[in-house]
Amino acid sequence: MSDTTAHEEPELIQLLTPEGELTGHPDYPLEITADEVRDLYRDLVLVRRFDGEAVSLQRQGELGLWASLLGQEAAQIGSGRALRGHDMAFPSYREHGVAWCRGIEPEELLGMFRGVTNGGWDPHEHGFHLYTIVIGSQALHATGYAMGVQRDGALGEDGTAVITYFGDGATSQGDTNEAFNFASVNNAPVVFFCQNNQWAISEPLERQARVPIYKRASGFGFPGVRVDGNDVLAVLAVTRAALDNAREGNGPTLVEAFTYRMGAHTTNDDPTRYRNAAELEEWKAKDPILRVRRYLEHNGLADDAFFAGVDAEADALGEKVRTQCRSLPDPEPLDIFHEVYAEPNVHIDRQRAEFAEYLASFEAEGVR
Amino acid sequence: MSNLTIGKAVNAGLRAAMEHDPKVLVMGEDVGRLGGVFRVTDGLHKDFGADRVIDTPLAESGIVGTAIGMAMRGYRPVVEIQFDGFFFPAANQTFTQLAKMRRRSAGKLSVPVVMRIPYGGGIGAVEHHSESPESYFLHTAGLRVVSVANAVDAYWMIQQAIRSDDPVIFLEPKRRYYEKAEVDTEAPFAEAVPMGAARVARPGTDVTLLAYGPMVKTALQAAEADTDHSIEVIDLRSLSPVDYPTVVESVKRTGRLVVTHEATLTGGPGAEIAARITEECFYHLESPVIRVAAFDTPYPQSRLEEHYLPDLDRVLDGVDRAFAY
Ligand SMILES: Cc1ncc(C[n+]2csc(CCOP(=O)(O)OP(=O)(O)O)c2C)c(N)n1
Ligand SMILES: [Mg+2]
Repeated sequence: MSDTTAHEEPELIQLLTPEGELTGHPDYPLEITADEVRDLYRDLVLVRRFDGEAVSLQRQGELGLWASLLGQEAAQIGSGRALRGHDMAFPSYREHGVAWCRGIEPEELLGMFRGVTNGGWDPHEHGFHLYTIVIGSQALHATGYAMGVQRDGALGEDGTAVITYFGDGATSQGDTNEAFNFASVNNAPVVFFCQNNQWAISEPLERQARVPIYKRASGFGFPGVRVDGNDVLAVLAVTRAALDNAREGNGPTLVEAFTYRMGAHTTNDDPTRYRNAAELEEWKAKDPILRVRRYLEHNGLADDAFFAGVDAEADALGEKVRTQCRSLPDPEPLDIFHEVYAEPNVHIDRQRAEFAEYLASFEAEGVR
Repeated sequence: MSNLTIGKAVNAGLRAAMEHDPKVLVMGEDVGRLGGVFRVTDGLHKDFGADRVIDTPLAESGIVGTAIGMAMRGYRPVVEIQFDGFFFPAANQTFTQLAKMRRRSAGKLSVPVVMRIPYGGGIGAVEHHSESPESYFLHTAGLRVVSVANAVDAYWMIQQAIRSDDPVIFLEPKRRYYEKAEVDTEAPFAEAVPMGAARVARPGTDVTLLAYGPMVKTALQAAEADTDHSIEVIDLRSLSPVDYPTVVESVKRTGRLVVTHEATLTGGPGAEIAARITEECFYHLESPVIRVAAFDTPYPQSRLEEHYLPDLDRVLDGVDRAFAY
């Protein structure tokens, strides 16, 4: 068994340094206007605010749970903005930033974590599948969807590309590795986007993998690349290249976005039990938003009025999210029986009728 | 005597088993330093080390598959499946390998794996964190299936499960993890009630109410609340095999049986028990066996779970239905 790969320093694609210096990268030229960079900055700030509000709403008992994206904004906005309208994304459960890019309303995301829906949006309408909680499952769905795209002949310059999101922990799951293999042997137009945030709940990366994650791709027969997941420009460029490669019929790519989960795994989790504060401090210096701000400021591409405007927008979004969340209607009891089957089902109909009668008996007694 | 929650009692039982037998191992996601998401393995990693308390990669098929291999090598792995809904990736290893290994090897191989699964609903969780998958296990020959309803059983039954030479599915009622009881942890192991035995949790004369795991508490509340009928509550404890002599004896006295569980109705434990009791107690029954279970739908979003899960009112309604004959 060779151990050498574990010790090589892998190349990290970076275009914008933590200090806000635009270095660029020869393999990933990015033509981007100041307007576009300002838009990305705005996206980053707004999703961070939305996410922060959701954490507070959970603390106040308005949500059952929340899985924060704190620290992963650039990985999600960069890749989300690389998608075209007709592309299709298969997320895990933390991709609030990608959801934002796909036009999902915050309240639709909150509904699931409040327990009023199982994920209420139309996946086809948004090109964004429902959140998938059972780790790894969606990687296969994305691959199958991509195989469908291929069979439709929907490839080429304006073709459709598929992307799937998963974490470092998910790379251990059989489904994920099977997806790599299915995508490879079928040359499917799919991008595997792994947000390596260094942790799977309490387990650090070394409990999941002994080689850098992006390197796994070569064993399956397709390219893998590690990108600075806190650099929105690099993520945008790398993901766009991978998507274009897929849409043109050149098969899958594994993108490892090297990032960090700045918060707890979810609002149920207490990371002080398993990781030290120094690590967090180290990553704070690589904050995904700060570097864009520095870049804009140093190059005179945005003034105080711009930043104040974005902050005001964030405040308004926070307000909207709070109101929307609190006014989400509870489902009706008989909703339990909806959408179990496509065709009428006598068995479900009977249980619904019995339960309706049961509920009515309380109303008659006036006790419920 | 120690006053323990169900969660702490499983923890103490695991610790006792690990002290008793160096071949006992704990493995699963986050069971090490974190002590599991419900803290059931808290402190074991620190005291027994990483060789015996293994933080596994995130892969349930891998967890159960490697546990089978370890068991073949003489170990007694206790695997934790983090939540009920995450058992399913391990279904192949469980159903095609774990359950069948003894029979396939004509008894030459023993795979004494214990699979601990926090299960059931009522905690306001997102999807896949509230399932009651027991029916799949009951339907599979070669697996023993038990569920605990109190801290005393939690403490002893986990140890019995570990000493059993059969694979045991050990179902922990997650919404009851914090229920407390006095546990005599100093009592001799041999004196514990065998894990295969059902227990009369509350004697009664008019109707037998059968429950296990999280529903035992609800059943006891129903017995308390019903002033018209004397309800005998049986805590089944072992779902496979079922201790039919205890159940039959009770039903022959009361003439009525109501079975309740969080698992969906159709093909659930209640269906099998109803068929069997109808055979064995036909001439003693005053009414059909009544089942009070979850509806035959996917587990709903949490804001509906109070309607979906059988609760006190639904159980009492079931008891009333048994007296309508
Ligand atoms: C099949 C399965 N097993 C276990 C879990 C419980 N679980 C939820 S998130 C998680 C860790 C995931 O880590 P990673 O893939 O790195 O994603 P991250 O949460 O860091 O975004 C675990 C074990 C699950 N959701 N699905
Ligand atoms: Mg992770």
